[in-house]
Amino acid sequence: MTTFGLDTFGDVTHDADGTPLSHAQTIRNVVEQGVLADQVGLDFFGIGEHHTPDMPLSAADVVLAAIAARTSFIHLGSAVTVLSSDDPVRVFQRFSTLNAVSGGRAEVILGRGSSVDSFPLFGYDLADYEDLFEEKTHLFAELLKGGPVTWQGKTRAALHEQDVVPFTEPFPTWIGVGGSPQSVVRAASYGFSLMLAIIGGHPGRFAPFSELYRHALEKFGRAPLPIGIHSPGHVAPTDAQAREEFWPHYLDVISRLGRTRGFSTPTPESYAHEVGPHGALFVGSPDTVASKMARTMKTLGASRFDLKYGIGGLSHGSLMRTIELYGTEVVPRVRELLS
Amino acid sequence: MKVAVLGAGHVGPVIARLALAAGYPVAIAGSGDPARIEMITSFLAPGAVPRSAADAVADADLVVLAIPWHRFATVDPALFAGKVVVDAMNHWPPAAEPLGTSEEVARRLVGAQVVKTLNHIAYQDMEPPSGRAVGLAGDSPAALDVVAEFLSRIGFEPVRVGSLADGRLLEPGSPVFGTFTKELS
Repeated sequence: MTTFGLDTFGDVTHDADGTPLSHAQTIRNVVEQGVLADQVGLDFFGIGEHHTPDMPLSAADVVLAAIAARTSFIHLGSAVTVLSSDDPVRVFQRFSTLNAVSGGRAEVILGRGSSVDSFPLFGYDLADYEDLFEEKTHLFAELLKGGPVTWQGKTRAALHEQDVVPFTEPFPTWIGVGGSPQSVVRAASYGFSLMLAIIGGHPGRFAPFSELYRHALEKFGRAPLPIGIHSPGHVAPTDAQAREEFWPHYLDVISRLGRTRGFSTPTPESYAHEVGPHGALFVGSPDTVASKMARTMKTLGASRFDLKYGIGGLSHGSLMRTIELYGTEVVPRVRELLS
Repeated sequence: MKVAVLGAGHVGPVIARLALAAGYPVAIAGSGDPARIEMITSFLAPGAVPRSAADAVADADLVVLAIPWHRFATVDPALFAGKVVVDAMNHWPPAAEPLGTSEEVARRLVGAQVVKTLNHIAYQDMEPPSGRAVGLAGDSPAALDVVAEFLSRIGFEPVRVGSLADGRLLEPGSPVFGTFTKELS
């Protein structure tokens, strides 16, 4: 089954004059965006945990619960949960509760965290980055099995025949991968689905990751599992409008992030490349975005696509329009192209 | 010239692929048993030979360090004597003050000829290299020649920026870090 979703990092939205809205209003707007995503027939709405003044969605599960109360069909999840700096028991409890509240619509995407603000905030050392994720992923997999859990490790208190509640139906769990082959193999070994975060460069370069994942599943004796794509984008009635609206905010956000993460500072030329057929930005008219999505999904053998909409500085109205066009025009066209 | 890539994470397999495409024999090493990276190597850098770090470095003329900075303290310095070593690492998160990873690398790897390069370009921007300008810094003219030749054969435009201490110009916080640069012609 092919499914389509939206992800947001909850970037602070601006009003029509370009003045930033309050964190509280930004969060209330995210709830409205999730409700609209359900109304236009999308399959998934995800919130990526961040802890910065320009991305204040630190407690995504609370916002997801509010959306759950006002929707009926859409699945709700994280995109991603930074498991390395969280307690797997609490993550399980929160999403199990969301699963109960929403009538079985919770999903979790676990990540090591490419934005690392949560490490100093919660007292973790970045030097333990890989070990924390490995150990906590293992515990999370044990918790998902249900029943009393016995577990021992270095990163939290041991559990002995421990009931961890609430018990609910199992919910889909993914591992978000930005470029670490070890994470691909890890997802396969635990039987978690693979979410490829493609935020720059040619999406086709991830094809070997898909092959590695399928091969690893087979090697671990597991049935095939879905591969998803998470990529940034913006939809407007025309290509020109979408590109013009997105550019100044993309330039601003990526220039700032690039200082610490080694991203190239965008230029008009690099932007033209990223929004073109060989780049990772899904910015354009419904037709342009749909054909690029269909092509990328085919290349990577993906059955799920989550568009990460709403870069910081855009207005709530502009985000609502992207959601509406994505749900009513883009996704139906991708389905046609893939059938 | 034989190349050893230490690191099988985000960056290592990309550099291994570029080197293989340029015709170099490549060995790749993760931490520990090479069997652990066999599957990753066969899909992400087919043709590279997974080996232990000690074996890979022993046979190599050029060693690329593409491991997380905090793991550098775990590599055995004795392996690198007499080798040309590329430092593609960065402090992460960025250091409060620029400390120059390569100066620390050179201090620890006694007898190695260290060249700082490839650290200022994100792995997702390395393919294709498209003649992108890549800075290199080092104290050994002979090692700089070897690395410049390597960079140019794998598809970059090598630009010498000076001594190893000058390599701080390529680190996070500097204007060229993460910037798409082409040499003006």
